[in-house]
Amino acid sequence: MTKQRTIFRNAKLADGKVVDISVVGDNIESVGPNLDLQGTEVNCVGLIALQGLVDLHTHLREPGFEQSETILTGSRAAAKGGFTAVHAMANTSPVADSAAVVEQVFALGQAAGYVYVQPIGAVTSNLEGKQLADLLKMNQSRAGVTVFSDDGKCVSDSLLMRRALEYVKAFGGVIAQHAQDPNLTVDAQMNEGALSFELGLAGWPQVAEEAIVARDVLLAEHVDSRLHICHVSTAGSVEIIRWAKARGIKVTAEVTPHHLILTEDLVKDYNPIYKVNPPLRTEKDVLALRAAVADGTIDIVATDHAPHTADSKDCEFGQAAFGMIGLETAAAVVQTTLIETGLIDWTRFQEVLSTAPAAISGLNRHGQKLAPGHAANLTFIDPTAKTTVGPESESKSRNNPYLGLELSGQIVHTIFEGTFTVKNSQIQEIHHD
Amino acid sequence: MKHLLSINDLSKDAAIEILNLAVEMQQVNTREIKKLPALTGRTVANLFFEDSTRTRISFEIAARRLSADVINFSAKGSSVSKGESLKDTVQTLEAMGVEALIVRHNHSGAVNTIANSDWSNAVVINAGDGTHEHPTQALLDSLTIRQRVSGLDNKGDLSGLRVLIVGDILHSRVARSNLLLLRKLGATVAVSAPSTLIPSRIANYCDEVYFDLDEALSNKFDVVMMLRIQSERMNSAFMPNSSEYSFGWGLGDTRFSKLSKVTLIMHPGPMNRGLEISSKAADSDQSAILDQVSNGVAVRMAVLYKLLAQEKKND
Repeated sequence: MTKQRTIFRNAKLADGKVVDISVVGDNIESVGPNLDLQGTEVNCVGLIALQGLVDLHTHLREPGFEQSETILTGSRAAAKGGFTAVHAMANTSPVADSAAVVEQVFALGQAAGYVYVQPIGAVTSNLEGKQLADLLKMNQSRAGVTVFSDDGKCVSDSLLMRRALEYVKAFGGVIAQHAQDPNLTVDAQMNEGALSFELGLAGWPQVAEEAIVARDVLLAEHVDSRLHICHVSTAGSVEIIRWAKARGIKVTAEVTPHHLILTEDLVKDYNPIYKVNPPLRTEKDVLALRAAVADGTIDIVATDHAPHTADSKDCEFGQAAFGMIGLETAAAVVQTTLIETGLIDWTRFQEVLSTAPAAISGLNRHGQKLAPGHAANLTFIDPTAKTTVGPESESKSRNNPYLGLELSGQIVHTIFEGTFTVKNSQIQEIHHD
Repeated sequence: MKHLLSINDLSKDAAIEILNLAVEMQQVNTREIKKLPALTGRTVANLFFEDSTRTRISFEIAARRLSADVINFSAKGSSVSKGESLKDTVQTLEAMGVEALIVRHNHSGAVNTIANSDWSNAVVINAGDGTHEHPTQALLDSLTIRQRVSGLDNKGDLSGLRVLIVGDILHSRVARSNLLLLRKLGATVAVSAPSTLIPSRIANYCDEVYFDLDEALSNKFDVVMMLRIQSERMNSAFMPNSSEYSFGWGLGDTRFSKLSKVTLIMHPGPMNRGLEISSKAADSDQSAILDQVSNGVAVRMAVLYKLLAQEKKND
C-alpha cells in the first residue's frame, strides 16, 4: 500500500521562511518553497510551523489519581496545546519508582496515541527521600527513563542528592530537582512577603528555593553531573543559575507559563485556583524570569500541568491542593508574555518549547529541525488569533487560572507521527488499527 | 457591607458608627431586662472549627440579647471531625435557614472562602480565622480605648493616641485587625516582639517597630496591648524558651512599676499569667482587661444589628 502524502502549503517557519512541508507516513518527506508534489493539501497561509512542542513537566495522574486526569485525557489536552511529547511526572500511586510502573505509564501513553508519553522516574523510593529508587532498571526498561525527579518533593538530603547526580551520570541521566527546603516551608501557602503577612498565610520564602538551587549547582559541579532545576520561580534563583552557567556547570532550568504571567496579588481573595507550588511570586520575579528565558539562563518552558478535582479546590485555601492545569494554554502564554513583548522570536520559542526540552531528555523523534527524514511531529500556530480563555478543556480537571484572560495565538494543527491529533483547532479521535 | 471578614471591609465612618452603636447597646446591657426585639425570628449560627470559649459565648449572648435564635455548631463532636467538608457544613446550615454565620476557623481566609462561594447567602462574620484577622476583637479594643483613655471624644476617632502592641505579631489575628483599625482611626501604632515574630516587611502596617521592649516603653504610650504567646512558638525556634520571652518581652512587675500610671493595659485573653503579663499588671486599676470582655458583647450586638437589621433591610 502506498503511503498517503500530506502537503502543508505556505506555512512560515520559525525563521520566517515560507515553505511547503510534505509528510509521508510518520516522517517529513521534504521542506521547501512551492513543492511540486501531489497529495492531500492543507492550506497553512498565515500559520507558523514549528517542531512539535515537548513538555518536560506534566502530571498525568495515572496510575492512582484517575479522578483528576488519565494518561488519555492528559494526552488529549497536550495535543490540544500543540504538544507531541510530554514527560509524565513520577508522583503517581504507586509512585513511578520501578521499571514496572514506568513501563505501564509508557504503554498507556502509546495506547492513547496522542503524544509520546515519556515517563520520568522517581529519584528515591516512594518519593521518601531516603533511598535511591531503581534508577538503572528504569533506564534500561522499555520506557527508557533518563530524567529522574521527586517533583512535588525536594531531594533535600545533600548526600542523597550528590549520590543521585553521580549515579545517573553513568547512563546519561539527569536529576530534575524540585528546589524547596522543606524545613523553611513547613505549612507554606504562598510567597512570603507583605501580602502573606496581611493574609495571615504561612509564607514560602524565596530563599527556600534559592538555597537548594545554590547547593545543587555546587554539587553538580563537584561530581560533574547534569542537573535540571524544575519550575524556577524567583529572581534570586535566576542569578544563581546564571552564575553557575558562566562557571560551566551542567545545569539546565525551566520556568512554568504561570510564573511568567501571574503574580501573588491574585491570592488576596484566598481563591485556591491560584494556589501552586512553588507559589506565584512578585512582578519583579516575573520580569526576571522572562528576561532569563530571553537571555538563555532559563532553557525551557515546562507546564507543570497539575490537574486536581473540583472538590480539592472548592475549600479553604489552606486545605486546597497545590497546582494548576496548563497544557492547553502554555504556547499562548509564552507568545503573550515573551513574543508580544518583543523579548524573544519564534526561533527562541521553538527552542524553549521543543528543541531544548527534547535534548535534556534525549528524545530522538522530537525537538528536531523540520527537515526531510525527520519525524513528522509538528505544530501549527495562528499567531494573530486572540482567545479569551474559557472553561472548556480536554483535561479532566478545571483548575485553570487563566479563565477570562485574553491570550494571543492559537494552536491550529498538531501532527503526531504524521497523524493529525488536532485539526483546525479540534481534537481528532484517534482510531487504533 | 454584607459581611464582616476583615477590618478592610470597614470605612473609618463605618467603624465609628459601629462603636457608637455599641455604646447604645451598652445601655441595654445595664438594664434589668437586657433584651431588644431587633432580631426576633432570625437565626444565627456560631460555626466554630476551633476551640474558643469567650468569643463564642460573647457572640451567643450578643445574639440572644437581640432576640435572635442561636445555634452552636462546633467542629468537635460534629460530622466535621468525620471528614465533612466546609462546603457541606455551610450548605447544611444554609438549607436549615440560617441567616448569619459567625465563623471561627483554623485556616486563614476560610471566612472569605465561605463569603465568596455560592454555598450560602448567609451573612458571614469573622470570629477569628487562622492567623489572619479577628475584626470584632479590634472593634471592642477600640471601644475600650475610647472609653478608658481620658481626653478622647466618646463619639469620635483615636487621633493622636499612641498604642504599643507587644507579642506574636507574625501569627496574631488580634494584632492584624488592631493594626488596621487603630491606624484607620488615627492612632499611631507601634509593635514590639522578638525579631523572629515581626515580619520583615511590616513597614506598611505599623508606625514604629521596637525589638527592645524597654526602649519601646520609654517612648510614652497611652495604651500597651499584650498578646497571648502560644507555647508552640517555642518549639519552632521563634525563641529559645518561655523564660527568655518573659525576660525580654513580658510585662512583669518591674516593667509595670516603671510604666506611667495612666497607661492603659490591655490583653485579648486568655492570659498566660506570669509569662507575657504579671498578675500585678493584669489586675491593676490601669488594666482594661475585664472591660474588653464586657465590651465584646456590646460590639458584637452592634455588628449583628448593623449587618442583620440595618444592611439586610436595604437588600
